[in-house]
Amino acid sequence: MADQHDADFTFRLWRYDGEPGELIPLLQSAQEHFGYIPRRALKYISSVTNVPESTIYGVITFYSQFRLQPMGQHVIRVCAGTACHVAGATNLIDAVQDELGIEVGGTTADGVFTLFTVACLGCCSLAPVMMVDDETHGRLSPATVRKILRGYRRQAAKQAVAEQV
Amino acid sequence: MSKIYVGMGTCGLSAGARDTYDTLKKLMGEAPAKADLHITGCIGMCYREPLVEIRDNGTRVIYGEVTPERAEEIYKRHVQNREIIDEYVVLHEKVGGELAGSETDFIAPQERIVLRNCGTIDPESIADYEAAGGYQGLRKALLNMTSEEIIAEVKASGLRGRGGAGFPTGLKWSFAAGNPSNRKFVVCNADEGDPGAFMDRSVLEGDPHAVLEGMIICGRAIGADFGYIYCRAEYPLAIKRLNIAIASAREKGYLGKHILGTEFNFDVKIKQGAGAFVCGEETALFASIEGERGMPRIRPPFPAEKGLWQKPTNNNNVETYANVPWIITRGAKAYAAYGTEKSRGTKVFALAGKVRHGGLAEVPMGMSIRDLVFKVGGGIKQDKRFKAVQMGGPSGGCIPEHLADTPVDFENIPQTGAIMGSGGMVVMDETTCMVDIARFFLDFTQAESCGKCTFCRIGTLRMLEVLERITRGEGVPEDIETLRQLSVQIKESSLCGLGQTAPNPVLTTLKYFLDEYRAHIEDKKCPAKSCAALVDYFIDPEKCVGCTVCAKNCPVDAISGQPKQVHVIDQGKCVKCGKCISSCNFDAVYKD
Repeated sequence: MADQHDADFTFRLWRYDGEPGELIPLLQSAQEHFGYIPRRALKYISSVTNVPESTIYGVITFYSQFRLQPMGQHVIRVCAGTACHVAGATNLIDAVQDELGIEVGGTTADGVFTLFTVACLGCCSLAPVMMVDDETHGRLSPATVRKILRGYRRQAAKQAVAEQV
Repeated sequence: MSKIYVGMGTCGLSAGARDTYDTLKKLMGEAPAKADLHITGCIGMCYREPLVEIRDNGTRVIYGEVTPERAEEIYKRHVQNREIIDEYVVLHEKVGGELAGSETDFIAPQERIVLRNCGTIDPESIADYEAAGGYQGLRKALLNMTSEEIIAEVKASGLRGRGGAGFPTGLKWSFAAGNPSNRKFVVCNADEGDPGAFMDRSVLEGDPHAVLEGMIICGRAIGADFGYIYCRAEYPLAIKRLNIAIASAREKGYLGKHILGTEFNFDVKIKQGAGAFVCGEETALFASIEGERGMPRIRPPFPAEKGLWQKPTNNNNVETYANVPWIITRGAKAYAAYGTEKSRGTKVFALAGKVRHGGLAEVPMGMSIRDLVFKVGGGIKQDKRFKAVQMGGPSGGCIPEHLADTPVDFENIPQTGAIMGSGGMVVMDETTCMVDIARFFLDFTQAESCGKCTFCRIGTLRMLEVLERITRGEGVPEDIETLRQLSVQIKESSLCGLGQTAPNPVLTTLKYFLDEYRAHIEDKKCPAKSCAALVDYFIDPEKCVGCTVCAKNCPVDAISGQPKQVHVIDQGKCVKCGKCISSCNFDAVYKD
């Protein structure tokens, strides 16, 4: 299975036509495919682009979007922008950390959630906000944020049961 | 035939517009009416989202806070039975343009040039854009104007870069046009990184073709055949709508070879950012498009000479490009009629923070801060005292209430120590601690410093340490002088705008709110009652239901109370960690 998964990614790389500046899109594509950038993807990319692995590593670590570790099923991004900050984002972040039992940057033991903060989601008028995957939630409080997270958790549990059956 | 529009920008969606849309769609299937259902971008009234507009017989009625239940009521009463439900109406535009409705004060002072189509057309439909006069500017520029004439028109309009620095756009274009090269590029900076700014997101989500059209006109003016839009990865919806716009513009022949039957070729590609604030700086942005670490490069050479891939490049931001089609279609004179002598036209502001009307407003340059906050913005939430407005994000500063009559333009705002910036305006009230705001921005710039220049990399960290110490109540009197010194050193020794402006939030708060710094350092008090370590925590007996969660979470057993009875915090034991606030499911814990 893992080999097939890798093969699907290397297949994507065949489309690389040597256009300069494609390194970041290739890394984004790897992250989309694997959920993070595994070492072997870095090797594949280096071999097709001829960019040294060390240089690619430098690019990966420069940008906050790229991950070298696997992420949870749902990625939470709590906005820590100015408007959210004055609207109490600090309490919100504390509540999420407490609810999930992880620190910012961490992943829950069951692999359901990874928590990040983000500089601004651009939804300042609905502050404080957070994004779970591509879904934005606005006008939050510590209480509502807990409710939302519990909703995702229930859904994940249901899915897990369904997969076992 | 009526048209129903649901506001489906990110702001609408996060307020629940998807459910509203689905409800309306279902109702139309069950009980068809003479109506079409469309999506639209953000009209700017983010504080009343989700919004639904019904347009028929030359009138527009916009309803606010449209939950699925309200949507059903509106569908039955308005769409099917033509009855306007006054209590939900936020804006009613009658035949002839007369405005009514609860949000008239928000819309009436605005002049919408950049936002001309935001919230009125379906951003995923090129036909809608064309019907609203779209691509007429391109037609005129390509078929009836030389590139010199285009540049002269943009110069005459007085348009200045809306990304923050305010460089005259026409002049910038003339530099790139004047450098001969076999290849030139047009770049659109959509890496809107300033926390508190979201106008570019709204324009891209609500009217992506306007930006494309502006870029194509620029390409024609400077002699470029390719453009890049560098967009933040945090804006997935903007990227999706841009992709739709690019595909349909290609189909219609506005992009590609022989545009409108002329010899002019132009195409556009989106480059997705990967999360680095410094990439909003143009030379760092180019490095990122080239696939490298996004580190700024030394200028000169300027981009107009050697930009992207060492070729002459013109880089403007989203809002600047969105102005261009309007200027070409209506003429420079019409544009220059708005604004002040040196800052022509309009500017879109993102109002956020403690202001009632959080959203987007486009007003003529030169309106005072006070008018923006109180007339357009509707004043301060819960009638608290207006304290300051933060402009220009991490590069800007806090302008205090006593300077609120300052006109907002490129001349007057810098005099206060802040900058125009891209238009983010975060309003602060008496409960916002200015030392904490300075700490917040330093925390941001420190994390986002690319590390190239020592003073920016290490100096911002030293400043942050000092500010953290002050907000924890551990500050010493020398700290203020240390902050001032570091500020000067960082400003003078950094290569790019990030470092050169990073100390601004500290400098402006030191200038206008020195008493707050002193209160933290000398009296160990936070006058705004915001800094966690310097306030006391209490439980609101009205809200507490006695669930015991806070008591269980308290690390020092400072909270007592029987189950199902009001709990109390023992101030002697409390270590002010804030766990009780974040653990309460009923928002019953407060600071004082």
